[in-house]
Amino acid sequence: MAATIGTKLPIFRRFSQMLFASFGSVGSKRCWHGFLSPFTCSSCQQNRLFRTSNGPLRHGDFEYQDPKSEDEIVNITYVTKDGERIPIRGKIGDNVMYLAHRYDIPIEGACEASLACCTCHVYVHDDYSDRIQEPTEEEEDMLDMAPFLRESSRLSCQIVLSKELDGIEVTLPQATRNFYVDGHVPEPH
Amino acid sequence: MDAQKVVLAGRLALTGVLWRMSGKTTGVYCRAVKKHWCETVFQSPQRLFCNVSAPGQNRCFFHTSTPGQKRWFFHISTPGQNRCLYHTSTPGHHRWLSNNSTPGQNRCLTHTSTLGQNRCTSTPGHCRWYSHASTPGHRRWYCHTATPGPHVCIVGSGPAGFYTAQHILKNHKTARVDIYEKLPVPFGLVRFGVAPDHPEVKNVINTFTNTAANDRCSFLGNVTVGKDVTVAELRQAYDAVIMSYGADADKEFGIPGENLPGVYSARAFVGWYNGLPQDKHLAPMLDTDTAVVLGQGNVALDVARILLTPLSILKKTDITDHAAAALETSQVKTVYIVGRRGPLQTAFTIKELREMTKLPDCRPVLDPADFTGLEDKVKSLQRPRKRLTELLIKTSQTGGATAQETQRLDQATREWGLKFLRSPLEILPTQDGTRISAIRLGVNRLEGSDSSARAIPTGETEVLSCGLVLRSIGYKSVPIDDSVPFDSQKGVIPNTAGRVTGCKGLYCSGWVRRGPTGVILTTMTDGFETGKAVVDDLTTGVLQPLGGVRGQEWIQPLLHKRGIQAVTFEDWNKIDNEEMMRGEKVGKPREKIVEVKEMLQVALSGR
Repeated sequence: MAATIGTKLPIFRRFSQMLFASFGSVGSKRCWHGFLSPFTCSSCQQNRLFRTSNGPLRHGDFEYQDPKSEDEIVNITYVTKDGERIPIRGKIGDNVMYLAHRYDIPIEGACEASLACCTCHVYVHDDYSDRIQEPTEEEEDMLDMAPFLRESSRLSCQIVLSKELDGIEVTLPQATRNFYVDGHVPEPH
Repeated sequence: MDAQKVVLAGRLALTGVLWRMSGKTTGVYCRAVKKHWCETVFQSPQRLFCNVSAPGQNRCFFHTSTPGQKRWFFHISTPGQNRCLYHTSTPGHHRWLSNNSTPGQNRCLTHTSTLGQNRCTSTPGHCRWYSHASTPGHRRWYCHTATPGPHVCIVGSGPAGFYTAQHILKNHKTARVDIYEKLPVPFGLVRFGVAPDHPEVKNVINTFTNTAANDRCSFLGNVTVGKDVTVAELRQAYDAVIMSYGADADKEFGIPGENLPGVYSARAFVGWYNGLPQDKHLAPMLDTDTAVVLGQGNVALDVARILLTPLSILKKTDITDHAAAALETSQVKTVYIVGRRGPLQTAFTIKELREMTKLPDCRPVLDPADFTGLEDKVKSLQRPRKRLTELLIKTSQTGGATAQETQRLDQATREWGLKFLRSPLEILPTQDGTRISAIRLGVNRLEGSDSSARAIPTGETEVLSCGLVLRSIGYKSVPIDDSVPFDSQKGVIPNTAGRVTGCKGLYCSGWVRRGPTGVILTTMTDGFETGKAVVDDLTTGVLQPLGGVRGQEWIQPLLHKRGIQAVTFEDWNKIDNEEMMRGEKVGKPREKIVEVKEMLQVALSGR
């Protein structure tokens, strides 16, 4: 899976970004814009007229696919406000940020995994932090901007699930949790 | 567009419209089968037919087998414009024409076949009607089909506006949000502030576009609040009004020579290369070898980087054509970035500094003396400051880590440097006074330490020759209207958690609330917080719903009367497509339109 390799190794990530960009599909979410403007999707810059159903996956699309077999499943727990634990059955290759989007877990992702913001900041449980690829210099630079930074801080868009990470636990930082102190459960967007 | 394309377009348009009407947001359930060039049959659980009576004219109708027997007709007269005609077989014979020119806005329009006879009899409270007489004698009636709910107005369509809208739409099930914008184009500083060589930062536009696609969200561009419509009028029409118009003025030094030719605000310079209409004529004097940037924040590094980046790189970005042409002939070889305090007080962030150190054909020139003694201090610093300072120290040590790197630096033809503990005292003109020749800087020392350290003048001065000065010491918000309180000392609207002090129903968000600092996350946090305040006030009954015709139904006729044509998000899509098309021709992601008049021309074409 290009996306898997891509997110792990910066060079491949760049490459996959270029690859995806060349298809004009940089949207994080599924592109539903075509039904609003039948000709061109402004957000993913996709010309609807020439889009094929088996075109390349856009970022975030992979996470919307269910695991094909039990072997693929990687369990992950998101810990949100007030320590509420949300167990999710992810799969090998899922990006932790896009997976959260699928299950309405309030993690943003302004720059769409391109290491230009820190809106998907999470804390990784100590038992798992060593099993994740070391953060790149670019990720560290972005983490510097994140409030409530800790040793275990990572950008969730840079974590890709593998079998090794089965049972991983990621916690949303205070700044994100604060948005939903009213107990509201957000809807997908 | 030839006939075949029109059919294809019609097919897609119909799919799109049905999709929306079904209220489904997932899954394609309608399959189109092309039978003949002029006839396309749609297959779906509900039977659909598309029929072409004349070439170029698609008439589609849709028939449900469900009880109630609703029949829908679609008629496409112009490609890109979907008109839907809705016919019920129930008594009363309502005919609806739905014109979905705005994504996220279901506008239905019913017109009377006979003048004076109006067949729209909607249930009060479910439909709000307003009439629009475009042609004398022809009355068109518009109806908003959305369920009744509170109306929220946002002034300014930058990140703060969109993040506030996002939070409200997510957390309130019926609130309708109208976003007003002075320009015909949305996204504020994401479009006009973010540097052209940082396209990844602009990805956030996708999230904003999703927000705008919400049925309950509208964009009204080309409307200047405070001029075309007053805040008082907005407050009459909306349950909640949110100010998120940012900070579009500059801080100034107030020193002699600040208004000489060759001195510009970095804000205007950024606007110039990013296509902000008001700054398109800036024409900065780049026929000099030395430029001085006053200020050490990220904007300062942005403008320095744009001045020094090889044009071959910039030409592949969405930098405006006029800026690329001017930078092509630029003679700037050295850029000094000057700050009044020391290396531990700089405001820029590490990503931007690291980019400077990696600029092709460019060499950093930092005085190691500025960093003496810092190596010991670094260990006790907080992580972000620690890593930033380490990078500064590393950069100040001459040469690169590898021989290759050293060679790259040695061969560089351009250079940049940081000057610390210097405050501008005076900008000096050339003898003929036609431009600047130098800047006089006062030398400072620091009193106190860390981020709170103050710069104290030592009385010493020095003169630095330069032909270009860019003032980059921050943005400033200005009051929008007399009716909105403003703290001119702090340059913000006084507020508590986004609620404007002493004005029920009035809120603020983003830079105008907090001051012009921070990264996108800061503005997001801010927008969500203000959004939460609005949602809380709407749900707890602090804000009592206004009655009668409200929201943009109330404002639109007002604008119409004043000759203001509001630009919708669909109109913006036209501008967006046009810009990308122009960009494609020259190998750029987009070629921005810089004239408001031209933007409007594109936006309103085919209406």
